[in-house]
Amino acid sequence: MAVEQPVATKSGDQTRIHNIGYRAYDGPRLGRSYATRSLYSQSLRGAYGLGRSVKSKVLPMLLFVVMCVPAAIMVAVAVATKASDLPVDYTRYAIVMQAVISLYVASQAPQSVSRDLRFKTVPLYFSRPIETADYVRAKFAALASALFLLTAAPLLVLYVGALLAKLDFADQTKGFAQGLVSVALLSLLFAGIGLVIASFTPRRGFGIAAVIAVLTISYGSVSTLQAIADAQSLDGEGSSGAIAWIGLFSPITLIDGVQSAFLGASSAFPGGVGPSNGEGVVYVLLTLGLIAASYGLLMRRYRKVGL
Amino acid sequence: MPVHLESDFKTALRGDDRRGPRHYLRSVTVIATESLSKRFPRVTALDRLSVDVGPGVTGLVGANGAGKSTLIKILLGLSPATEGRAEVLGLDVATKGATIRERVGYMPEHDCLPPDVSATEFVVHMARMSGLPPAAARERTADTLRHVGLYEERYRPIGGYSTGMKQRVKLAQALVHDPQLVFLDEPTNGLDPVGRDDMLGLIRRIHTDFGISVLVTSHLLGELERTCDHVVVIDGGKLLRSSSTTDFTQTTTTLAIEVTDTDDHPDGTRAVRDALHARGVDVLDGSGGLPGAGHILLLTAQGEQTYDLVRDVVADLGLGLVRMEQRRHHISEVFTDSDQGSEQSTDAQRKEAVGHGG
Repeated sequence: MAVEQPVATKSGDQTRIHNIGYRAYDGPRLGRSYATRSLYSQSLRGAYGLGRSVKSKVLPMLLFVVMCVPAAIMVAVAVATKASDLPVDYTRYAIVMQAVISLYVASQAPQSVSRDLRFKTVPLYFSRPIETADYVRAKFAALASALFLLTAAPLLVLYVGALLAKLDFADQTKGFAQGLVSVALLSLLFAGIGLVIASFTPRRGFGIAAVIAVLTISYGSVSTLQAIADAQSLDGEGSSGAIAWIGLFSPITLIDGVQSAFLGASSAFPGGVGPSNGEGVVYVLLTLGLIAASYGLLMRRYRKVGL
Repeated sequence: MPVHLESDFKTALRGDDRRGPRHYLRSVTVIATESLSKRFPRVTALDRLSVDVGPGVTGLVGANGAGKSTLIKILLGLSPATEGRAEVLGLDVATKGATIRERVGYMPEHDCLPPDVSATEFVVHMARMSGLPPAAARERTADTLRHVGLYEERYRPIGGYSTGMKQRVKLAQALVHDPQLVFLDEPTNGLDPVGRDDMLGLIRRIHTDFGISVLVTSHLLGELERTCDHVVVIDGGKLLRSSSTTDFTQTTTTLAIEVTDTDDHPDGTRAVRDALHARGVDVLDGSGGLPGAGHILLLTAQGEQTYDLVRDVVADLGLGLVRMEQRRHHISEVFTDSDQGSEQSTDAQRKEAVGHGG
């Protein structure tokens, strides 16, 4: 119970540590929106393992590097060979790298929400000024931003490289902008799907497995069905329209459809035929609908969790 | 793990200075409920509960499922009442929930700490979630963790903490934004007797030194009667009793005494019992069938003089007094009428001895 301990100082002056007792806080209390922003930045940093243990930095950082390295190589090749165009379109890049993106969502969505559920930290948030909607919005925005960083960074590498290689400025800028819109949509969609799945299990492992399963199984079955439809349409039995409609049933083909209809992308669908403009509208509506639905589901989920 | 007591004279004075104006601004009632009810499809958690709680440390006692946690949720504005109304710090819980939550701290009953971050990081984050700017959040975190008795360990991940240390972190996150009132839900749960006493001392200081009013729940009345100024007992969602602590303690204090043996008195326990008998004090049999329990004497303290008597008797016999402590009472004892058979109360005390002795 040593209350006042004289501190040994060389000069022998009167420095002492005084027991200052409890001090009240009279400073500002910044309220709900500040708290929401704090939760957003903490979650965004957490999505790259910042402010967390070294171990949890490894995977997100690794995936980030894996996303950017191919872009850097392409740029290097384009500059070296003085190519007239980049090997891969801006809009195509995320589709090609979808496995990496899926892995990232699967690993980070559960760490963002399942941890709070598992360790029952959620009541501590809701006993503070923020409301359910603030929590959901902060978490949603944080994961979407993290995904946008992951998917936009390689596009930036491509763009800067393209300018260094003195490719056509207007053309490249247009492609880059289209790519950014596309990955923004993709980030929102994937973040929503990942968070909804993760918020239903307090176990991180289940969350990871479930997100990977949903993303890969939906993509796998959609592309298989599309391949079958494509083969049949080549035989003259079906129509290529079926391919477009099937594409609605997996997140990545959904984004593919949106960008090939409206963002000047070449479709990755079998046969290289994307949805028509009319079908494209359905794609856009469904994408936006899914994003809204995942927000709604998260709200419902957290209203129940409460304290 | 000793509690770091900093309550020297100066601190106490400062605490008073600080509490002065706050009390002045504050309404006399910290919490007020008016025929507050909460019904779920199958159970009635609160049944027309009307109670007023003033500043200070208030215990909310009830068996598990008596409606304590439900009441706290309603008071935090997180769960609407089925009927009736409630006010916290003069604010209506139905409409001013967010404002209440800014001025109130909450320590949940269950675990709520992520194991992979340090106490400092966690509490800083929680301070910011309460609206404190970053610099203030860090400063308040360091202060608060020191006040609850966490020092060097606060930089280590919480996963490696003992139950007592975790409880301190939970308490710190409830206090970090300097609330006017804290709700502590079963803060002594899972602690060993020493940890319990430390925590109870800390709770007392939250009011005396920090000037923050406390509503603390427990299913053990005994541990609250030494900590609280006022005790509210609820059962089945109904108010059973609301009174100042002294009313409870005066009728129910039981002393436990343990003495050493000497060459003159090979059985010191018996010698004390006989000596007390000779002076007209009834000694209850403390042997509850546990080994060693026979060495504990239980007697009902009538007041100050009983303590003096025990001291004199033990000193006269030349024995060593190993312990003389107040026994904790289980909530059920409050409802044991004084005119009921002594056998029953002996039974209750025996259970108590089994529960806490040894």
